[in-house]
Amino acid sequence: MASAAGHILQVKDLVAGYIRDLPILHGVSVYVDRGEIVTIIGPNGAGKSTLIKAVAGLVSVSQGSIELNGKNIVNVPAYQRATQGVGYVPQTGNVFTTLSIHENLIMGGASLHRGKAERRIEELYEIYPVLKSRRREKAGVLSGGQRQILAVARALLTQPDLILLDEPTAGLSPKAAAELFALIRDLSGDGVAVLIVEQNAKAALRNSDRGYVLAEGENRIDGAAHTLLADKEIGEIFLGMRRDTPLEKEEA
Amino acid sequence: MIGLVSYLVFFLILSLIFGIAVLGLNLQWGFTGLFNAGVAGFIGIGAYTMAILTGPSRDAVFGGFELPFVIGLIGAMVVSGIAALAVGIVTHKLKHEYLAVATFGIAVTIQLVCLNWEYLTGGTLGLIGIPNPTKDLAEGPLAQNALFLCIVISLGLITFIAIENIVKSPWGRMLKAIREDEIASSSLGKDPARIRLEAFVLGCMAMGLSGALYVSFIGYVSPWDFLPILTFQIWTMLIVGGSANNRGALLGALIVWGVWTMSGYVISNVVPSEIQAQGGAMQAILIGLILVVMLLLRPRGLIGEELQVSRHARSLND
Repeated sequence: MASAAGHILQVKDLVAGYIRDLPILHGVSVYVDRGEIVTIIGPNGAGKSTLIKAVAGLVSVSQGSIELNGKNIVNVPAYQRATQGVGYVPQTGNVFTTLSIHENLIMGGASLHRGKAERRIEELYEIYPVLKSRRREKAGVLSGGQRQILAVARALLTQPDLILLDEPTAGLSPKAAAELFALIRDLSGDGVAVLIVEQNAKAALRNSDRGYVLAEGENRIDGAAHTLLADKEIGEIFLGMRRDTPLEKEEA
Repeated sequence: MIGLVSYLVFFLILSLIFGIAVLGLNLQWGFTGLFNAGVAGFIGIGAYTMAILTGPSRDAVFGGFELPFVIGLIGAMVVSGIAALAVGIVTHKLKHEYLAVATFGIAVTIQLVCLNWEYLTGGTLGLIGIPNPTKDLAEGPLAQNALFLCIVISLGLITFIAIENIVKSPWGRMLKAIREDEIASSSLGKDPARIRLEAFVLGCMAMGLSGALYVSFIGYVSPWDFLPILTFQIWTMLIVGGSANNRGALLGALIVWGVWTMSGYVISNVVPSEIQAQGGAMQAILIGLILVVMLLLRPRGLIGEELQVSRHARSLND
């Protein structure tokens, strides 16, 4: 259920980092609404992954708040956030390679009643038939794209309100990345709020509703994804593109 | 012939006693990825607890309660578990080689305490006269050892079945998830730190049981039984047999203990007497070579981890 302001996630003035007194984020604020896809972009070292890890509970927060459905979860441990509606898909090590695909999915439902978890797995097998046909195989044999699908499916077991994707297309072929973004759009269509951190800024913004540009741990620019895509300055200043070329056309 | 049978019984008893400790280490390392380099310390705690609870009373030494064998076993597991809980809480933020260094240091500390705290442990002389429960139940050494072998097989089987059930349960899947990636497992709704601690305690309880059986069988305990070489042997048993496979853990115990005892026999009968004093070092080198060869040629061990398919996955149509 969304908060009074309608935001599933609202991060306010967040100061966070891996080492005490050495913050990476210096007062970052973002929000994500129900059914919305929001992408965080920015140069290397901007604090994108730190932000998503802070929301997942994996980075210590020294100031600011993280509200999920209006409730501040800053002091909630990472494992409890999973039960409160946050699904997190890490950039690396996002599937358990020595476990079978089915076991990976069961793990996603570790906090659910067994019968409910099994029903959810069968629903997810209907949505992602590639996982069902290979359910007895070790997850380690899957391709990069299939691993991401498995990781996302596992995060969906508990029907989270918010799903956090850290560099979901890293290492994927353009075709696999396109398939993954199609899957992400389907999620938002089902009402899930999606927050993505992505190096592949163009593809991510094309599939997003809104975007934030971070630099040096601070908010720089935010707005509708199509506006950011058309902005020449963003491509040139923050993402190393050629001057006078909007981000939208750089790829061509 | 009787001599060979007697020796075989003796050999199987010690192999299985060590096998129980290897099962404990397998739960910690094989299934959870906890690098416990202090195995000897926890076996030692179990052994001394057994000796103090069941041994005869002595002047100026604590214990000698002469309690029944079963109470000694339970006590050894409980005390090892409590010690593991304390160590686990202190080291809960340590992983991989950091945990290994910490647990190694703790095991050395335990051995030094056993060596120097005479009131509790008897110091360098250790504690003697620990009763063997089969002495009153069977006539003659062979029958008594055969009966003790039955006890060890029973307890080994119980430990094996218990750990097999544990690792195939949802809790066991969490162990493997933590082993694979603790960050990813923290997004599954369960507290990885708590589950790691539980696995550490359970594994150390198995090690305590192993120590208790060892001291009951041998009849005495001394600090020299729990040197770091014992940790090294238990680890080699697990690596040779196959990490994350309980059958592999027991097989490794049989093979490595077999190599150890055979090499001792060869050294005492073949090696010239003037260099037999170095026999222990030769055995340690041999075990080290086996470990290196296994890691190079067959890092999974003789029986590696098996893929498990849940009943639910099998029941779904292809």
